[in-house]
Amino acid sequence: MLRFGRQPAIDTGCGGWLSRRLVLLLASILPLLAGCGERAWNAPYPASEAESNTLYSSFSERPKHLDPARSYAANEYAFIGQIYEPPLQYHFLKRPYQLVPLSAEEVPHPAFFDRQGNRLPDDAPVERIAFSEYEIRIRPGMNYQPHPALAKTADGSYRYHELDPTRIESVNRLADFPHTGFREVTAEDYVYQVKRLADPSIHSPIASIMSEYIVGFPEFVSTLGGARKSLPGESGWLDLRSYPLEGVELLDRYRFRIRLHGKYPQFVYWLAMTFFAPMPWEADRFYSQPGMAERNINLNWYPIGSGPFMLSENNPNLRMVLTRNPNFHGEPYPSQGEPGDREAGMLEDAGKPLPLIDKAVYSLEKEVIPRWNKFLQGYYDTSGVSSDSFDQAVEFGSGGEATLTDEMRQKDIRLATAVETSIFYLGFNMADPVIGGDSAENRYLRQAISIAVDFEEYISIFSNGRGVVAQGPLPPGIFGSRDGIDGINRVVFDVVDGEPRRKSLQEARELMARAGYPGGKSETTGKALVLNYESASAGPDSKHLLNWMRKQFRKLGIQLVIRATDYNRFQEKLRKGTGQLFMFGWNADYPDPENFLFLLYGPNGKVEHAGENAVNYDNPEFNRLFEQMKNMDNTPQRQEIIDRMVEILRHDAPWIWGFYPKGFSLYHGWYGNVKPNLMANNTLKYKRIDPRTRLERQQAWNPPVVWPLYLLFLLLVVTVVPAIHHYRKRERSSAR
Amino acid sequence: MIAYILRRILYAIPILIGVNVLTFVLFFVVNSPDDMARMHLGMKRVTPEAIQGWKAERGYDKPLLLNDSREGLEALTDTIFFQKSVKLFQFDFGISDSDRDIGYDISQRMWPSLAIAVPVLLVGLLVNITYALLIAFFRATYIDIWSVVLCVVMMSISGLFYIIGGQYLVSKLLHLVPISGYDTGVSAIKFLVLPVIIGVIGGIGSGTRWYRTLFLEEINRDYVRTARAKGLSEAVVLFRHVLKNAMIPILTGVVVVLPLLFMGSLITESFFGIPGLGSYTIDAINRQDFAIVRAMVFLGSVLYILGLLLTDISYTLVDPRVRLS
Repeated sequence: MLRFGRQPAIDTGCGGWLSRRLVLLLASILPLLAGCGERAWNAPYPASEAESNTLYSSFSERPKHLDPARSYAANEYAFIGQIYEPPLQYHFLKRPYQLVPLSAEEVPHPAFFDRQGNRLPDDAPVERIAFSEYEIRIRPGMNYQPHPALAKTADGSYRYHELDPTRIESVNRLADFPHTGFREVTAEDYVYQVKRLADPSIHSPIASIMSEYIVGFPEFVSTLGGARKSLPGESGWLDLRSYPLEGVELLDRYRFRIRLHGKYPQFVYWLAMTFFAPMPWEADRFYSQPGMAERNINLNWYPIGSGPFMLSENNPNLRMVLTRNPNFHGEPYPSQGEPGDREAGMLEDAGKPLPLIDKAVYSLEKEVIPRWNKFLQGYYDTSGVSSDSFDQAVEFGSGGEATLTDEMRQKDIRLATAVETSIFYLGFNMADPVIGGDSAENRYLRQAISIAVDFEEYISIFSNGRGVVAQGPLPPGIFGSRDGIDGINRVVFDVVDGEPRRKSLQEARELMARAGYPGGKSETTGKALVLNYESASAGPDSKHLLNWMRKQFRKLGIQLVIRATDYNRFQEKLRKGTGQLFMFGWNADYPDPENFLFLLYGPNGKVEHAGENAVNYDNPEFNRLFEQMKNMDNTPQRQEIIDRMVEILRHDAPWIWGFYPKGFSLYHGWYGNVKPNLMANNTLKYKRIDPRTRLERQQAWNPPVVWPLYLLFLLLVVTVVPAIHHYRKRERSSAR
Repeated sequence: MIAYILRRILYAIPILIGVNVLTFVLFFVVNSPDDMARMHLGMKRVTPEAIQGWKAERGYDKPLLLNDSREGLEALTDTIFFQKSVKLFQFDFGISDSDRDIGYDISQRMWPSLAIAVPVLLVGLLVNITYALLIAFFRATYIDIWSVVLCVVMMSISGLFYIIGGQYLVSKLLHLVPISGYDTGVSAIKFLVLPVIIGVIGGIGSGTRWYRTLFLEEINRDYVRTARAKGLSEAVVLFRHVLKNAMIPILTGVVVVLPLLFMGSLITESFFGIPGLGSYTIDAINRQDFAIVRAMVFLGSVLYILGLLLTDISYTLVDPRVRLS
């Protein structure tokens, strides 16, 4: 028998020494860490900002455009709405939505003229009005934020307008330009911005609609297109000031005038959007220098505005930071609201200078789980409610009203809800021979399906009850929308005890029989009716929804074929009119019925006119009434016409009037002045934060728990010690 | 060896062209230039003129692969494919379809990716090799059996579970580190602790089992028996002989992934809010930004080829028997 001697390769005593030292080290460090500061360990923000007057929120997708001539998405408005100041804004508190001046002195009142240029009275018939003129007087004394484009040298020339290409090569951020300057906002900047809307190189989404109304706009687009082509070399600088636009006239330093074709009362709503915010020509001059775009320095990335905030950090892969614009002209918090606002504390800050916070930090959170948990930990001041966390946050009372769960109430979390000015609908392609057209049979078929597809159930299952069943195309709060019994769609609903009750399936089946499909089978062929549903989503997430949709049609014996595809192909089918049934939606640009009813206006048809009428509905009577209604002021006569239009639509049923989504948002008790305003994009300036309360609650909710670390270490020791013992035993043992 | 390296680089050129063609075809099978324009211009009030203008500005108004209206070589060069591809081979990634300098964005986003990937790789290697050696040392004992069971269980669990579970346990229940976020400099450490720990733990199951297999294979070889016969302790046998000889497959696995560390991890970066390269390609696909997609696929291919080349070179360093020719 061989006997191996003990080898001193591993000093097992070292293990014990190491373990003792580690225990001592861990035991001494952890309590130190626990007491090393008052802040919670899991706070994601610097300790120096713990008590700052800063709002913390998140965003899930990087905004694509921050150029006010191009930006047209809600996630972009969340930022540029706080930076740019168009002439008008929506009153923060009053409902229905009311336009009030922002950078303008007053809400402009149009002057009307006939073809000969004679002034017409305000109540002149629409057909006599050839032109409308809006004279806008802006507030003197407004200044732009500090910006390198406005920096000047001692001799008064612009410091960064003639940069050497080698200088630009060394620059990667706007902050790499050490000097900034500012100047007063003038009327010329508004004129300049309207001209930018026409610049083909900017691709403004409202260029086409402005071409219809602003006098000389189409010609100006062509002029700029030609001028751009003749630009020498790499220079992208086109001085729009030297190109006159007929319909936009600079009157003096603080006044300009916009001349429109005909009467277009909705134009004032566009004046409340950032498309019409002032833009200094210096910004275009600065950003258009060769090499700037290649260094990612452009208006899409670095805005320049006169609003209450400026974008001081733009890293949309991590965070975006808005800080108070030191040059902001000042604006008081509204002193009037609607009934109930005072009781709700919405007028506590009346008259105080805005903005009420110094800074807003928006962090990128792509995933719902970390975003929700950080909100619950107090690190975000506000949050939406995802489907995953809905049951944890919200419960419905016996009356169907949404209330917060006990867990939320204990944290002093509040809930704000509002029916959005949007609609989701199920569209019938009216160009389709089976379900479209104006034949009585096809209309009965659409009406029958409208009854069968139960959107009350849809809202309950797929939206956690966050929606209101639509009775027509106009959401609540939009002029023309009717409440109560008067607003009920009698084609789909009966009125029972003053409430709408969906008609019975028996009535739907009778309509099917009248349509030529008794029991869902064709009278002529005897075969089951097969309809195609176009879906832009085919993943496992949408499986339940698509099954539900099949079930709705099966109630009438209709066989629904799901044609799932990607969004590009889905859009292509709509453009070509090859789809049959599809879900679609619309979010209002402005609170006017025209912005919804135009979705069913014949000359807006998607197939023939590349418009927004995705179902290609074309009813001459409806079209005539639309043309009459769109230019009217909100009068009883307008309401009457709208009522007739809505009745035509309900009867023809080109849409199943799906639902108006209901927005739910949660916010902490330290976050003040929260009132949903679905039209205004610039409400950050009204928000109030109590940073001391926030810090106290963050600390109370996030005490570090270290005992599991000790336990883990103990487990490690308990595991390692027998192993070491075993090793020593084995090393000492004899070979067998 | 230089001739070998040069030959491998030359081999890489047709591979990269092939990858580029494949990427191009796959992308444009799903997205047309019109779709791309619509995605970038927005969904509301987009006119055909605006779409045409957008395409013309970015060179997407040309034919995809073959220009019938041109003659000779121009039929191939005056196409979207040629115009968009040729600069890639000069490593000029150009401007994205959303007007961003791709090279600059990559240079900015690769550091956060590396900040997670490098510690995960190094710490993971250390932990996995140590654990595997430990198991190999205690082979055929209860430690070995239960460690293998543990490893199988750990590698059967989805990576997403580790992330969500780790965030829940460490950040939500114990409140030790932030759930997500990132910062620059030293402040980044507190945001990196959890993703690195989760990355390491998530890799223990598969890593340890792989290394255990390698070590056990070596342990049964003749030279190990000789070493024991010489009277060396088991620890010396393991660390001085077995580990050294098991280095070739370890190197194969490690060196090949080194260049790809730049590319980041999509899921980890998404859940932890790390502004790395992991989500860069996916975001670009979702935004139909072909410029970024082709640049990232090209870069990934180059890095993969580089990784394989480095692996071959590293063989010669650890095994004198291997010669590149």
